[in-house]
Amino acid sequence: MADKITVGHVHMSGCTGCLVSLADNYGGLLTILDKYADLVYGLTLADVRHIPKMDVALVEGSVCIQDKLSVEEIKQTREKAAVVVAVGGCACYGNITRFGRGGQQNQPQHESFLPVGDLIKVDVYIPGCAPTPQMIRNVCVMAYLLLKGTKEQKDLATKYLTPLMKAAQRGTTACFCDLMTEVINQGLCMGCGSCAAACPVRAITHEYGKPQGQRDLCIKCGACYNQCPRSWFSFDVIPEFEGITDIINGALQ
Amino acid sequence: MGTELGKYKSCVSARSTDKEILKGAQDGGIVTQLFAFALDEGIIDGAIVAGAGDEPWRPRPFIATTKAELFAARGTKYNICPNVSFIKEATRSYGLDKVGIVGTPCQMQAVRKGQLYPIGLRDVGDKIALAIGIFCMENFPYQSIVQLVEDHAAMKMEAVKKMEIGKGKFWVYGQRGQVVQLPLKVTHKYEQPGCHVCLDYVANLADVSTGSVGSADGWSTVFVRTRAGDSVWAKAIAAGCFETQPIEKVKPGLELVSKLANEKITKNKTTLEERATFGVGKALRNPYI
Ligand code: SF4
Ligand code: SF4
Ligand code: SF4
Repeated sequence: MADKITVGHVHMSGCTGCLVSLADNYGGLLTILDKYADLVYGLTLADVRHIPKMDVALVEGSVCIQDKLSVEEIKQTREKAAVVVAVGGCACYGNITRFGRGGQQNQPQHESFLPVGDLIKVDVYIPGCAPTPQMIRNVCVMAYLLLKGTKEQKDLATKYLTPLMKAAQRGTTACFCDLMTEVINQGLCMGCGSCAAACPVRAITHEYGKPQGQRDLCIKCGACYNQCPRSWFSFDVIPEFEGITDIINGALQ
Repeated sequence: MGTELGKYKSCVSARSTDKEILKGAQDGGIVTQLFAFALDEGIIDGAIVAGAGDEPWRPRPFIATTKAELFAARGTKYNICPNVSFIKEATRSYGLDKVGIVGTPCQMQAVRKGQLYPIGLRDVGDKIALAIGIFCMENFPYQSIVQLVEDHAAMKMEAVKKMEIGKGKFWVYGQRGQVVQLPLKVTHKYEQPGCHVCLDYVANLADVSTGSVGSADGWSTVFVRTRAGDSVWAKAIAAGCFETQPIEKVKPGLELVSKLANEKITKNKTTLEERATFGVGKALRNPYI
């Protein structure tokens, strides 16, 4: 189909959990591949050795700067892809790979892992460890509407993607501390509990209504901060939850 | 009346027809009755409510799966209960497929952000079956409530029967029948700071939202907002769960709800503007983009 978008999955230093999350859309993924996107690159998924030109690159994992090939490939990704999406905590913020100090076989000297945004410009973030199947699905559908949709659909996709684009501009580090510095210290926390629900390692509890982090548990995935309604909240998008959910579900029929 | 009341399909004044529910209810027993009905009908298989915590009047999120458990959580506590913190757990260790949740307008915003941007909420969004929002002007940290009740109203926390904000006052009702009222002038400084940037009074993003304002004593104003809300409300009415009156016939009615909503929104928009020039050439963060 000529009007599909081309998508690639670029695998840097990640655990493949992001890719599994994409696959966990099950039938939804098949619909996406059937109607909206051609997978033009992906380890084990597409028989293509070099990074091709594509509309959207979904990058999983951080970049090991001691690994020449990874550095080369991430630069190529930026050259070849119109839109670069950092998928998952490692690509966005380094996440668990921030704790890497080398010493693992068979490349013990591989010790420095950088989020993708430290090496190239990233357009869209999907934080979280693992990023959820639904977030990846939503971004895929919106990317399609943005590139191939009617004017109205393009507007919707722009509105939806804007906070995720701003997240990409905001920076390449994440931590429980973001809730302290950017939400509580700023007088914005209202004790909803979203942060605790979002944390994949249960590092957050609520004491007297406010988040309490066990910072030693935190893997720096960015889920808590980005899930928090007081980190960012778009009145252009979220009040339309019913209609937008219908559009996404409809697209996957 | 403009956008301050959010989108809604219908609005009535209502109260539960169940005497047991009304007895312990804050107003018209809407939340308890609607969840109880939804549980009976299998529309939800559990609801996240503000249950009893470790100290008197200190709530903690609690997953009620029976009517008795819903009953135990009745009444407004006026301090923070992070109900959204249970939204994923409800679908995991509690195994709920159809989750009910009650919360403040900001918690409804959190739920909807979580559905549209489920960054850390895998497989949760489509399991939220009924989100009930409570009108909210402001909320308090637990310690603020202790200070108001014990220092200002000179009552013991464990001796309080009911708390209420209404008619421009903070009311504390004791179990022995004593009543203390504090002017809101006294309570304002104890409010949770995060409430001062809040732009929603009547839970615009809930499926059904409710609160006492606008209706007569013992009744609640109810907005039905979404398809999910409309469907459960219609079934509950058909089953005789609620007595209703058209909101247009009720005093003070929507006019007062609108007035208070506009007051809150205007005041907090001003706060947001002031935050933009809070320091010298330095702004405090604005969460709304
Ligand atoms: S999600 Fe944000 S507003 Fe909600 S409790 Fe956590 S830090 Fe506070
Ligand atoms: S506290 Fe939890 S959710 Fe937040 S960054 Fe750390 S691991 Fe991620
Ligand atoms: S005033 Fe707003 S922020 Fe504060 S508890 Fe109520 S709804 Fe939440």
